[in-house]
Amino acid sequence: MTFDLSLPAQLAGALGPDLFLMAGAMLLLLWAGWRPESDEHQRSVGILSMALCIFTMVFVGYYAREGYTASVGPIAVDNFRWAADEIFLIATVGTIAMSLDYNGREGIMPGESHVLLLLATSGMMILAAARDLIIVFLGIELMSIAIYVLVGMNRRRERSAEGALKYFLLGAFSTAFLLYGIALVYGATAETNFARIAANIGKFHLEHSALLLVGVALLLVGFGFKVAAAPFHMWAPDVYEGAPTPITAYMAAAVKAAAFAAFFRLWLEAFPSLLTTWHLAVWWLAALTMIVGNVVALAQRNIKRLLAYSSIAHAGYILVAMVVGTKLGSSAFMFYLFAYTMATLGAFAVIVALGARGEDRMGVEEYAGLWTVRPGLAGAMAVFMLALLGFPVFGGIGFFAKWYVLQAALQAPFPQTRLAVLLVITSLVSAGYYLYVVMVMFMKPRDATASLPEKTGGWTRVVVWGSVGVILVFGLFPDAIVSLTRRSTPTLTTDGPAIDVPAGLPRTSSAANNGVVALRPDPSSNSR
Amino acid sequence: MASFLESIGYNSWVLPALLIIPLLGALALMALPARDQGADSGVENPVARQIALWFFVLEFVVSLGLWWSYNPADSGWQASIDMAWIPTWGVRFTLGVDGIALMMVLLTTFIMPLAVLGSWTSIRTKVRSYYALLLILTTGMLGVFLARDLFLFYVMWEVMLVPMYFIIGIWGGERRIYASLKFFVYTMLPSLLMLVAIIYLGVHVRTSTGTPDFSYDHVLAVSNMPQRAALWLFAAFFLAFAVKVPMFPFHTWLPDAHVEAPTAGSVILAGIMLKMGTFGFLRFALPLFPGAAMNPTIRMIILVLAVIGIIYGALVAMVQPDFKKLVAYSSVSHLGFVMLGIFALTLQSVQGALLIMINHGISTGALFLLVGMIYERRHTRAIDAYGGIARVVPLFAAILTFVSLSSIGLPGTNGFVGEFLVLIGSFRTYPVLAVISATGVIFAAAYLLWALQRILFNPLDKPENEHIPDLNKRELALLLPLIAVIIWLGVYPAPVLRRTEASAQLLINRVEGHSAAPRVSEATR
Repeated sequence: MTFDLSLPAQLAGALGPDLFLMAGAMLLLLWAGWRPESDEHQRSVGILSMALCIFTMVFVGYYAREGYTASVGPIAVDNFRWAADEIFLIATVGTIAMSLDYNGREGIMPGESHVLLLLATSGMMILAAARDLIIVFLGIELMSIAIYVLVGMNRRRERSAEGALKYFLLGAFSTAFLLYGIALVYGATAETNFARIAANIGKFHLEHSALLLVGVALLLVGFGFKVAAAPFHMWAPDVYEGAPTPITAYMAAAVKAAAFAAFFRLWLEAFPSLLTTWHLAVWWLAALTMIVGNVVALAQRNIKRLLAYSSIAHAGYILVAMVVGTKLGSSAFMFYLFAYTMATLGAFAVIVALGARGEDRMGVEEYAGLWTVRPGLAGAMAVFMLALLGFPVFGGIGFFAKWYVLQAALQAPFPQTRLAVLLVITSLVSAGYYLYVVMVMFMKPRDATASLPEKTGGWTRVVVWGSVGVILVFGLFPDAIVSLTRRSTPTLTTDGPAIDVPAGLPRTSSAANNGVVALRPDPSSNSR
Repeated sequence: MASFLESIGYNSWVLPALLIIPLLGALALMALPARDQGADSGVENPVARQIALWFFVLEFVVSLGLWWSYNPADSGWQASIDMAWIPTWGVRFTLGVDGIALMMVLLTTFIMPLAVLGSWTSIRTKVRSYYALLLILTTGMLGVFLARDLFLFYVMWEVMLVPMYFIIGIWGGERRIYASLKFFVYTMLPSLLMLVAIIYLGVHVRTSTGTPDFSYDHVLAVSNMPQRAALWLFAAFFLAFAVKVPMFPFHTWLPDAHVEAPTAGSVILAGIMLKMGTFGFLRFALPLFPGAAMNPTIRMIILVLAVIGIIYGALVAMVQPDFKKLVAYSSVSHLGFVMLGIFALTLQSVQGALLIMINHGISTGALFLLVGMIYERRHTRAIDAYGGIARVVPLFAAILTFVSLSSIGLPGTNGFVGEFLVLIGSFRTYPVLAVISATGVIFAAAYLLWALQRILFNPLDKPENEHIPDLNKRELALLLPLIAVIIWLGVYPAPVLRRTEASAQLLINRVEGHSAAPRVSEATR
């Protein structure tokens, strides 16, 4: 079925899952206000929120299976959107599950915290669908405002308040960049719709219009802030450290994924003809982000800050897939988001499980000898660290994610060999801090005075072991996810930028590579 | 024997079985209760080591059939299996053995049960996890030798890394954390570069539908690789393997890792994992990029590094005060011979190199086991701490002397045959280098015999050495098979040579065919 987006009813149909989630969130908000300061009530809101998310996932899956499409309009109806939605929803379910245990321990009563997560998620779903600059802005605001509140949710903690204020100020700042960029792009092209922007750039030969280029640059800065790409990453460590741990997980996984989804679609659908100009900028953004994130992470001794820098580094890897910009790159992008979300969610779930009330002790050294007292959690954390490191088999799907990005980078019409090598080298640097966590857990002796970690809450355990299962199982048999992501590319993506990329492989070899190599059957194989 | 094996369809299931048995063993161990303080000698969970031992013995028995089922006349892949794994990426699960892989597989399955016996009493904590890691490690190592798909090879190559990292880091000596991290990082950097090279190759060999193709045979058959790209790819593979070998100057991780690892770890590192590097050269770096590898300048650089390794390793070994470190440095020297043999590229030298790979696994493995045994008794590895203990532990002294002689390369032991073949073979192509390397044999005699003298024969002047118990039955039982193999290979190496000849010849033809007449008649023979 093809939705005609000019008809309000069909537009609403195309937004079905999003509207479903929003309506559910509104109802739950009323339900949460019923008895605000009861732990029991808070839990029931949380469980209902998870159920709502799971229903929405089914809804999204149904839309994806039916293969709906839509006319050109403010929103997209394609598999890219559905795949991104599923990733956000998985992250949301995981976050709520962790929050159930965490809120109980920290004494965060209001059930609205879960509902705010749902609202943020619906903002993300709109971002993934957005095909119009105004809708992008709408989605970003809907998502961000909910997150500002969530970061400061634990109002008894000073760090939490500090993080919330910082995030709010920088978020507002970056939104201003974004808005100004949108205005300038509109000024140059007289359009806010992605497809029509692209068409008008071609029609009026705006490739070198200063107004447009400044607008694009401002958009780049705005998104750079949202995805925490260097040099716009400064806010991330402080905010990640200050926020309640489940919210940190949510920000590192879902918020980043959502910003990336919108970023990716905007870049590839609206500005494909500007590749020559913005391509180099994103190239450097990717390179810088990988280097800064990984190198600074080496110096971190606080687990939440360490993972914050790790998430910056991963933004760099994802940007590599964006630089590639082909269909394969888009598929790798989605695969990476999925793998990264699972590993990040799991890692933060372990932190939640090991945290004590008050969250004062977040040093990695607190985990010394964890293996001797909580072998399961230590093993799970090792899997998450290796997955983030991109190690095969033990890190499961994390390896395939990096592999896929590398493959996309090398298979592009203009192979990004240098970026691929940089990715690999910075991955090695990341071994320094991921393995540090593993080393502390397994090889350092347990401090004799250290108290035993509390028993892990049931919901957190589900998140930890669910993530481990997904990472390991798909780490051996990734084919299902690969073929799903293969089909989940933005509709307008071309097979590759048809331009000369300044920073790629020596052109001689890449040109020769494009020919398909015919192979003779080899008589020596299967000799018996 | 061959007909019996055929009747049970041995060739069709043996290779996957070899990879699965250790994993089943690891699962069985994980199913044990976590902590079960054993009665004997404070080893927690003593059942775990028995289960592990039986799995390793089963593994060895299963692999032994390959010795007979392997057809020496056929230089192609044998016992192959081929399954789809990740079709969208063109990755297949393809296994097979040739003469080279056959020897490495048998070496691995032979050493592993002995390594278990060697750590029988020295590993006391977390026994269950220790043996589970050993079992997983075995799957990784065998996978490297058997893989016929570059992707699979890479995965297996990395799979080896994690268990060894934990084995060194958890059960190792005092500086274990430093050593394990160094081991991990040194191995991982070049292997990540190799990963880029592998992807590049796979994408280059993509099929008509655009799916990359990582099959070894297909990559081998590619003929349009631009020379400059081939040079970079060779560099990536070279680094990965050279670190693993380790070639001078990439060897600095080796003394740390070998010395800090527990006995079984050192045995496996020296006996099997170092061979991954030289195996990689034989399987990948040389046949895939003959143009780059046989470039006279590059070849000369590698050969000179190999010779430096031989001499340097021997000289550094000579001045080590720590016996285990001495043995570790002797590996650098021995592996230098292997590299010399491989890059001299004559039939004798390549076969000799293969023999040294086996011999070094046996002899150095045995030496590490012996060091571990004496360390368990005296808790020191300093050569100075001993002296004259031949009178206290005559059995230990006799075996240590015998194994040392085989490591030096005394005629009649396995060490002699390999080094002799390498020297003869490389003399034909590189006489000067061969002559220089021959002095390495003399140095080997010097450092080992001198160490023996200081440990076993000087006056028995330290009172704490007077009551060391001699070898017990378990230790004898684990050393005897090694001694038997040392003698067998020293006296009658023909069966091994016969099985490796066709593969070695094929390798030489491939490499020389390429470099002599670039890219004409192809590797499809």
